[in-house]
Amino acid sequence: MTDVQPANKRRDDKVVIIGAGHNGLVCAAYLARAGREVVVLEAAAQPGGAAVTREFAPGFRVSACAHLLYLLDAQVSRDLALESHGLKMARSNLRTVALAADGGHIVHAGGKVESGPVSPADRAALADYHARLQRFARVMGKQHNRRPPRIGGGDRSDLLGAALLGLDIRLLGRDDMREFLRIAGINVYDVLEETFESPLLKGTLALDAVLGTNLGPRSNNSVLTLLHRMSGTAGGDYGAVALPAGGMGTVTAALAAAAQKSGATLRCSSPVARITLEGDRVSGVQLESGETIAAGTVVSNADPARTLLQLLGARHLETGFAERVRHIRSRGTAAKLHLALDGLPEFTGLDGALLGERLVIAPDPVYVEHAFDHSKYGTASPEPVLEIVMPSVHDRSFSPQGKHVLSAIVQYAPHDAGAGADARRGEFLERILGVLGKYSPGLRRQIVATELLLPADIEREFRITGGHWHHGELALDRFLMLRPVPGAAQYAMPLDGLYLCGAGCHPGGGVMGSAGGNAARAVLAAGSTA
Amino acid sequence: MKPEMNHKLHFRTAVYQTPFHPRTSALNVLNEWHRWKDYTTADAYFDETLEYAAIRNACAVFDLTPMTKHRITGPDALAFLNRLVTRDVAKIKPGRVGYCVWCDDNGQVIDDGTIFHLRPGDYRLCSQERQLDWLARSARGFDVSIVEDTHDVAALAFQGPTTCAVLKKMGLAGVEKLTPFGIGFFPFAGGELMVSRTGFTGDLGYELWIEPGRALALWDALFAAGADHGIRPMGTHALEVSRIEAGFVQAGVDFLPADAAVRIDRTRSPFELDLGRLVDFTKPVFTGRRALLEEQRRGSRYRLVKLDVEGNKLARSSYIYDRARNVVGTVTSAVWSPAAKTNIALASLKMPWGRPGDELWAEIYYQRELQWAKVMARCRVIEGAFFDPPRRRATPPADF
Ligand SMILES: Cc1cc2nc3c(=O)[nH]c(=O)nc-3n(C[C@H](O)[C@H](O)[C@H](O)COP(=O)(O)OP(=O)(O)OC[C@H]3O[C@@H](n4cnc5c(N)ncnc54)[C@H](O)[C@@H]3O)c2cc1C
Repeated sequence: MTDVQPANKRRDDKVVIIGAGHNGLVCAAYLARAGREVVVLEAAAQPGGAAVTREFAPGFRVSACAHLLYLLDAQVSRDLALESHGLKMARSNLRTVALAADGGHIVHAGGKVESGPVSPADRAALADYHARLQRFARVMGKQHNRRPPRIGGGDRSDLLGAALLGLDIRLLGRDDMREFLRIAGINVYDVLEETFESPLLKGTLALDAVLGTNLGPRSNNSVLTLLHRMSGTAGGDYGAVALPAGGMGTVTAALAAAAQKSGATLRCSSPVARITLEGDRVSGVQLESGETIAAGTVVSNADPARTLLQLLGARHLETGFAERVRHIRSRGTAAKLHLALDGLPEFTGLDGALLGERLVIAPDPVYVEHAFDHSKYGTASPEPVLEIVMPSVHDRSFSPQGKHVLSAIVQYAPHDAGAGADARRGEFLERILGVLGKYSPGLRRQIVATELLLPADIEREFRITGGHWHHGELALDRFLMLRPVPGAAQYAMPLDGLYLCGAGCHPGGGVMGSAGGNAARAVLAAGSTA
Repeated sequence: MKPEMNHKLHFRTAVYQTPFHPRTSALNVLNEWHRWKDYTTADAYFDETLEYAAIRNACAVFDLTPMTKHRITGPDALAFLNRLVTRDVAKIKPGRVGYCVWCDDNGQVIDDGTIFHLRPGDYRLCSQERQLDWLARSARGFDVSIVEDTHDVAALAFQGPTTCAVLKKMGLAGVEKLTPFGIGFFPFAGGELMVSRTGFTGDLGYELWIEPGRALALWDALFAAGADHGIRPMGTHALEVSRIEAGFVQAGVDFLPADAAVRIDRTRSPFELDLGRLVDFTKPVFTGRRALLEEQRRGSRYRLVKLDVEGNKLARSSYIYDRARNVVGTVTSAVWSPAAKTNIALASLKMPWGRPGDELWAEIYYQRELQWAKVMARCRVIEGAFFDPPRRRATPPADF
């Protein structure tokens, strides 16, 4: 029997960060600012992960994965002075246009209906609903920068964290608290049914809840994912969305600049093959090129399953923990459609001035649920749901003069790769264009180039297991102290020197940076106890 | 890796008979049987006291076939086993056997068993409980094959001072050279007989492993050779007495397998079972390691002790009290030890109790003609085994 080493004993100041997704960059920036030697190793040729702007057809650029900004952590923006590094919004507080095939669109923003066939009762209900969800989302937002409490550990800061969460919920007041506890675990369909009349309004609101998830509106947990989506203010207010000038790449370029200015080294085109070990702790990484880099601390921005089962390997983890990681649900359902258009498209009955807003195709909640049904069995929705933006309307940097770019998140996409993937992509594209054609009959003729990224493509290009938006389903059993898996919720993995910092951790996915910041604090706290 | 359970039609049989059944059933004059891992197994054959006496004074044969067995092979067999169990399996050389325990992530014992390193890279793992599920889960990420082959290997425990002489007489040339925990292979009836110097009795003894088709030939050869050496069949009752005398723990009796526990304080770590010697922290990873390191730092909750209980009443399941009459633990196994000529018990006590010299009392309830009575019996903590004869280790064993 050997003598016992205290956990997390710091032996080496150097930190290697695997992945320059936005969370990896945030983590790098904080660690470098704190004086640590930081090297960020990114597999892709450019930093940013799933938050990048890139060309998809000659002369046409687009936010290749994430396209709307709403969760970006205000503290991160402030601490890292992202504005001084070039971050700026092209538009905040975008309106949502719920498209109707007959032209009876509903336009709303911030809980207020601006136009469309909506009854007075629904208008009042929307104002109430929105205000209440904002109050709940605020409670969620307050948890973003907190280390999720660990249960049963008896650690004082854990108890404090748990108490604060309880207090935040209490401070909602009796009625809100009851309502929060009532709906937090249930499905958005039921909530919408008891609140609204208009199918179109309900359909659009349902879409917000299920974007990026493997849930339909009738799946429980879909209120939680809705609240998560609304829990930031980067779009202008809780629940609002914004388009960054220059696309998502501007956010991560600003983060990369902030990290590098603080002294972090960024190496792109440097895929990590594995995490190396010395005895019972990490010793660094080995790149696919064979090069090894020694470091006492390795922080991974790659998703938890990839980090722990591929880069590290289950054999270096204890059985129960490895099994929990294996059970992370990471079946991505969101596809990304990019269309290069030779002019501004027309949507039946839609004022051209609204083309720069957020356009949604989700005519009613049952339509959304039907679209989801197919994904349960691994096939594509015959009639998918879409969230569309046209960044070129606000920002000329996306396309040649007079031409435009349409960027859409499409659900629910087939998630299997393998044989026949190209045929399935072609088939799904046809279905999407068929749906779009119902709202914009002339659109198809304006298309000069197309890119459709299915979850398997996203998995390949962005190295995200399953192509999953959150690096693993965000659900009550994978939330707060249970995220990514019970027993590893505080960024430090059960292997000394190894940390996670990406969307798979608390508080989850979306371009927010909170996980990166929290992970940096965990690394620094461990270092200071050495 | 692909774990396999042979005989997928097992559900057609309510209870198995071992390949020795034609012989064991003929000898079981008491006709006392119970079910052990779905096999019918003799409690006792003719007289459990005399069967026990054969273990300690001559030789006794126990049908071990129902013991759950796994064959573990493949390039990562050693790496897999080392991540599974708490001890360093690299130290179990080919031709050797090692006792081991394995834990869950909380460092709580799931089961104990023996690893037989049959030939380089080729292992047999015997377990008390069914383990295929846990083994399969533990095997992910390893290039290893795990086959549960309980039905494909017939086994006998052959225990007692005259065993070596009998095996020699049976023609197993060189069997006397086997040291404790050694394995030997011998030609037998046109096939191969594997002999390991292992057992559950704390005495000189062997375990014999053979393919089922040769099981009866083995039984007959053994009884023929043992006729002049006092050979007897023994059932589980006699084995149980010798097991407690040897101080061996049993899953489900002295500890609750961690995967069967609902309440978190009901399980035990290796340290809490007095098996700390099986925990090797120099290995960089094994399941339970982090929790066990933490336990070392914080201290254990329980201690397993051997007790010498005054008087002639069995302290079965008794509460153990300290001097101030606080309950400090319970007895897990208790028996009258014919070898030590005293009442003995294994007990799980809350820390810090169980130090040598602690004043402890067992609360014993017993019946006299359907009327209950109670006695408080003084207990003494014993260090070392209750019974540990030199012949257990002597190589070559003396001839009787
Ligand atoms: C289709 C789709 C649309 C989305 N739309 C939005 C949206 O509109 N708004 C929003 O806020 N969120 C959106 N999201 C979610 C958001 O994009 C992600 O949650 C977020 O980008 C995750 O950031 P991250 O930094 O944690 O990880 P990632 O961005 O995934 O970054 C991880 C990085 O690690 C790198 N990496 C992985 N393995 C290795 C390795 N072995 N070696 C080196 N580097 C490696 C990857 O290349 C990648 O750069 C969307 C997601 C999808 C899939």
